[in-house]
Amino acid sequence: MGLFILKRLGLMLLTMLCLTFIVFWLTNLDAKLETLAKTQGSARMTDTEVQQWIANNGYDGSMIGRYGQWLGIVPGWTKEVRGEERGRCLEQGMTFADAPTYCGILQGDFGYSTVLRDDVSTIIKTRLTLTGKLMFWVMIVMVPMALIVGVLAGMREGSRTDRSLSVFSIVTTATPEYVSGVLFIFAVSAFGIKWLKGSAASAMDGLTFANFTLPVLTMALYGMGYIARMTRASMTEVMTAQYIRTARLKGVSFGNIVMKHALRNALIAPFTVIMLQFPWLLTGVVIVETLFNYKGFGWTLVQGASNNDIELLLSCSIVAVLVVLVTQLISDIGYVFLNPRIRVS
Amino acid sequence: MEPLSTAQIIWSMFIQFMPVWVALIITFAVSITFKRKLGLYGKLFDSPVGMVGLFLVLFWVFTAFLADMIATFHPIEDVISSMRRKAPGTAIPNPDDFGYSYFLLGGDILGRDVFSRMVMGSREVLKIAPAATLFAFMAGIILGLPAGYFAGKLDTILSFIANLVLSFPVILLFFLLVTPEIVNSGIPRYMAGLLFLFPIIFLVILLNSRYYTQPPLRNMLVGTVVVLGGWVYLGLAWDADPLGMITMQGNQLIVFISVVFVNSPTVFRIVRGMVLDIQTRDYVAAAQTRGEGPWYIMLWEILPNARGPLLVDFCLRIGYTTILLGTLGFFGLGVSPESSDWGSTINAGKGQISFAAHIAVPPAIALMTLVLGLNLLADGLREESLKD
Repeated sequence: MGLFILKRLGLMLLTMLCLTFIVFWLTNLDAKLETLAKTQGSARMTDTEVQQWIANNGYDGSMIGRYGQWLGIVPGWTKEVRGEERGRCLEQGMTFADAPTYCGILQGDFGYSTVLRDDVSTIIKTRLTLTGKLMFWVMIVMVPMALIVGVLAGMREGSRTDRSLSVFSIVTTATPEYVSGVLFIFAVSAFGIKWLKGSAASAMDGLTFANFTLPVLTMALYGMGYIARMTRASMTEVMTAQYIRTARLKGVSFGNIVMKHALRNALIAPFTVIMLQFPWLLTGVVIVETLFNYKGFGWTLVQGASNNDIELLLSCSIVAVLVVLVTQLISDIGYVFLNPRIRVS
Repeated sequence: MEPLSTAQIIWSMFIQFMPVWVALIITFAVSITFKRKLGLYGKLFDSPVGMVGLFLVLFWVFTAFLADMIATFHPIEDVISSMRRKAPGTAIPNPDDFGYSYFLLGGDILGRDVFSRMVMGSREVLKIAPAATLFAFMAGIILGLPAGYFAGKLDTILSFIANLVLSFPVILLFFLLVTPEIVNSGIPRYMAGLLFLFPIIFLVILLNSRYYTQPPLRNMLVGTVVVLGGWVYLGLAWDADPLGMITMQGNQLIVFISVVFVNSPTVFRIVRGMVLDIQTRDYVAAAQTRGEGPWYIMLWEILPNARGPLLVDFCLRIGYTTILLGTLGFFGLGVSPESSDWGSTINAGKGQISFAAHIAVPPAIALMTLVLGLNLLADGLREESLKD
């Protein structure tokens, strides 16, 4: 087990390196740097001024070298521009002498966001907390709802409950967040529902039922259908197992069979699915936060991407990829604990 | 003129969709009459879920084909500025200049007909989604088969790449890839150059492995594929069609490519898993004993036996691709702002929902029904293919 986790961690590290390099490469293409120069400097800069800006701000030099600087294994760039000492590791008013040589993510320096004008680490921390709250409530709503729907549907295969619940879960998987969100906001305004708000902007200061219900519901609904269908599939399979028949013949009541015999085994497969659902929630987070005007991680990602904010985007991708990889690892390990028949070699 | 009442709006829309109803009735009547002779497709008509799914999908497919007959106005050019954000059923001020006198579902922010834009939007969506899914399947199959069959180093490398793409957050990839700078840099052309090769390779290997014992027939088939495929390939990927008939705009190409790129690793994983399972069957061993080549076994012994789950996944994946395209439109990525595709129209109307909901709601419902239809169809197919 220890070796397995170690191997997986090594693979994770390699994946992270590859993916951050791809993000780095895509954000550091010449054309993108020119756009960055024009948004940061002024839109009416001439080509030579753009090149000057790129050189003065350390965006020249080889891409590999700058990636190494960002990682913190290559010394940060230093330059003298019009008598002013500038460098990657230099804060305002610092000279070459008192600045550190290396400043990359290995040193814990995630860089500076050019669009939000703040340290990337503080931005990510505050925004991620906001999104964390959203995710927490989405999970609280989504997982129990999905499991209940799935178990109820799978308990008696082919019954009317099963049919209607299955159609319900298919409908939810066919309704992406930007559709259900629009429909919810429409319904709230059309029926004049006062106790729900179509915007979650005020939720950043304090969560209330009114401002947080719609975003949470929008996200939970889309993710729910898939988990419910997996639970249903796993439940129907368990319900046809021999030991369930034995229990029935023994005279155990139906409720007891479902609760005590079937449920535990039926919940193994959905666990993996729930874990693997996390990465998909990211797209949902971006959509929902844009739609409901909630400035969390997804909103930050959109800001970073539309302004080509290199260091912010890199940190966003680290967080996103980390979520994907860690949930994969947890789902693999958790699977082994839940299902004693599986052994990790 | 008086605005139309709700019932009148619904009736007028019903009339406008008349060509679709006729096409649907003919299709269903013919299919139900001959359903015993139509294989898996015919069996769909035994399952209510499958029939509803097929109905919804065909509705939008026919709408896309017959959009010119259904749409009452031109989706982009017919701008009537006095009709901005007007409620559904409002009469236009100058009916003599146009062929129709009402905006059935109201006007959008610029004063274009929401109904016509929704109808035309089906064309935008159905032009890309099925084709992109097909390309993703070709790429996934052609890489997944050898990965599962030969295993070893090849499998390790391909699986690593697939997992790499899968752990890349889709939304981030879209934001990074679908930008004007990337389009101008020519990267989509290179990616297209690689990805669009897969269908040709797939068909060539498919035909060659089957007919290599009959060289004349093989040469003819492979030659046809290479010439036709090469022509389409040059046109689509490199915009270098010698006849100048097939071309694809840069921003459309990048949308297509990124959707194929996101989908193919999942297909790869499914195919690889199925090969690992089917490989152990007796008929594969029999083919190996007969001395058949590995590609023949993969494409003509293993692949046909994996068709059921692949077909079901194909339907689901078109739906998923439609959602992805909508996501791109919702963020205004890769499409021109006046494009009538559903994602962009939802995007354009999302700020107006509280006072002019009719701009965003129709495309939202259209997208939902199409994806729902595809999901129900997949469910029906799964149910019916499991029966035998």
